[in-house]
Amino acid sequence: MSNQEPMIEIEDLTKRYGRHAAIDRISFSVCRGEIVGLLGPNGAGKSTIMRILACFMPATSGTARIAGLDVFREADSVRRRIGYMPENNPLHLDMRVREYLKFRARLKGLGIAESRDRVSVVMDQCGLSEVGWKIIGTLSKGFRQRVGLADALVHEPDLIILDEPTIGLDPHQVRAVRQLIKELGRHRTVLLSSHILPEVEMTCHRVLILHGGRVLAADTTENLQRRMSDSGQVVAEIAANPHELAACWDGMEGVERFDVTPSDGLYCRCALTPQHGVDLRVRIFETVLARGWRLRELTHSRHSLEDIFVHVTRADREEEEEEEGL
Amino acid sequence: MRVLITLIRRELSSFFSGLGGYLIIAAMLFLTGVSFVDIIEAVNNDTIHTPLTELFFGSPFFWLILLVVPTPVITMRLFAIEKFSGTYETLMTTPVGDVQVVLAKFAAAWMFFAVAIAPLLGVLQLVHHYASPGERFEWWTTASTFGGILLIGSSYLALGCLASALTRSQIVAATMSFGAGLALFLFSFLQFSIGTQPGCLATVVNHVSLFGHMEDFVRGVVDTRPLVFHLSLVAFVLFLNVKVVESRRWK
Repeated sequence: MSNQEPMIEIEDLTKRYGRHAAIDRISFSVCRGEIVGLLGPNGAGKSTIMRILACFMPATSGTARIAGLDVFREADSVRRRIGYMPENNPLHLDMRVREYLKFRARLKGLGIAESRDRVSVVMDQCGLSEVGWKIIGTLSKGFRQRVGLADALVHEPDLIILDEPTIGLDPHQVRAVRQLIKELGRHRTVLLSSHILPEVEMTCHRVLILHGGRVLAADTTENLQRRMSDSGQVVAEIAANPHELAACWDGMEGVERFDVTPSDGLYCRCALTPQHGVDLRVRIFETVLARGWRLRELTHSRHSLEDIFVHVTRADREEEEEEEGL
Repeated sequence: MRVLITLIRRELSSFFSGLGGYLIIAAMLFLTGVSFVDIIEAVNNDTIHTPLTELFFGSPFFWLILLVVPTPVITMRLFAIEKFSGTYETLMTTPVGDVQVVLAKFAAAWMFFAVAIAPLLGVLQLVHHYASPGERFEWWTTASTFGGILLIGSSYLALGCLASALTRSQIVAATMSFGAGLALFLFSFLQFSIGTQPGCLATVVNHVSLFGHMEDFVRGVVDTRPLVFHLSLVAFVLFLNVKVVESRRWK
């Protein structure tokens, strides 16, 4: 695995539908052998980026290269190098699994013998060996998803592009598909999109957070979490008078914000946001001890990708509103 | 070429993998049968001096049942169903050319059409057997008639192909191609009004008139004028079709 060689290079990519920009001057690159997740709410531009990379439609401006080839000018060579599974995984429902995969392999330029061999290999790989003679329309959604993945793999592409690969699957199937994607990522570059955060957190090395057609954050999952952990909250459940508690936190050093809400019985739930780099846990414990309160919970919440996502997209929205206000 | 054959096979098999294809053939057979009976009864016991083929193909039954109605039904699904289900995207992201896709879909529809009208041969043979026992079956006339049907049929199929590429709805595709086909059919009636008067308009009408074309074919006359007309119409419509497929890159 030669790590620094770029597989995808995108520069200033813009796609407009009329006046609306689906993606707006996006730039990023993906190295060979990486699993990268595009994360964003619906309408963030994930599918648009993938469709452009798959040479289904061109960008309005900017360049996109795959393995050094321009997706617009050298579309045919690019298409041979990528395996693309569109959103909702469309398949010919009237065909049998093996027949469909063979048909797809032939379309992708494989010879008769070659396509027969490759179809057997990918059917093994995706756990389809037992349903080879079934009609795709009669298969469960999980199996259909595997057929889609097998199709994306059949011509041994360098890059696999999967648009929402686990949408509409039950938790068991989701786990199986995720496992499969991880395995694929050992030998190939994978670009996948999702709006389910834990999924990206679990499968991807690196995450790009998209919102409103722009990249808001791009980093490894660990780094993104680290970036947020400084401002993580401390939650304490204490049996005491809410006003007393509020006065106490107000006077405490290093507390940026706090929130006291009555919990069940005598307990109050206090959520404290520390100033940058301060650990409040010991101070809280000592205060509780000094005042003779009863404490039943003290936790430091680390931010999940979900919080990062909400945080980043909210900041963007506020900025937009400010701009509009001006 | 390899890819083209793969695509044609897939398109053809999709006609027969469901009930759709069989239903079209059954409906066409039934309606031709009914209209044949009708014509036979009308001319029963009379002596006729025209070839059998001419008798039948001069009637509107033939035009509506064999060309104007079935061709939109055959072609409506070609592109529309793929656009609707999303398989169009998987198809167009493989290294397959736009021209190949259009040609394959047209060729498959044409082959299906040929299969669907083939039983007509049997009907002709049967009528001939009872109508004029002892006489030789007119192979040449029959062949030119079928050639004519396939030729005019390909214009209709090409129009249907184009209509299907313009929309994701099969109903809309069928309606558009039915409209275009019917217009072409009705235009041919002008032959009997404008076509009889002198002037260049009459020349145009007579050239385009499908009745005129078919009249030759059913008598065993193969004229190059209708050949050129239909082949160039097909080429032009398929060219537009390729441009429609390409057009997603212009947006």
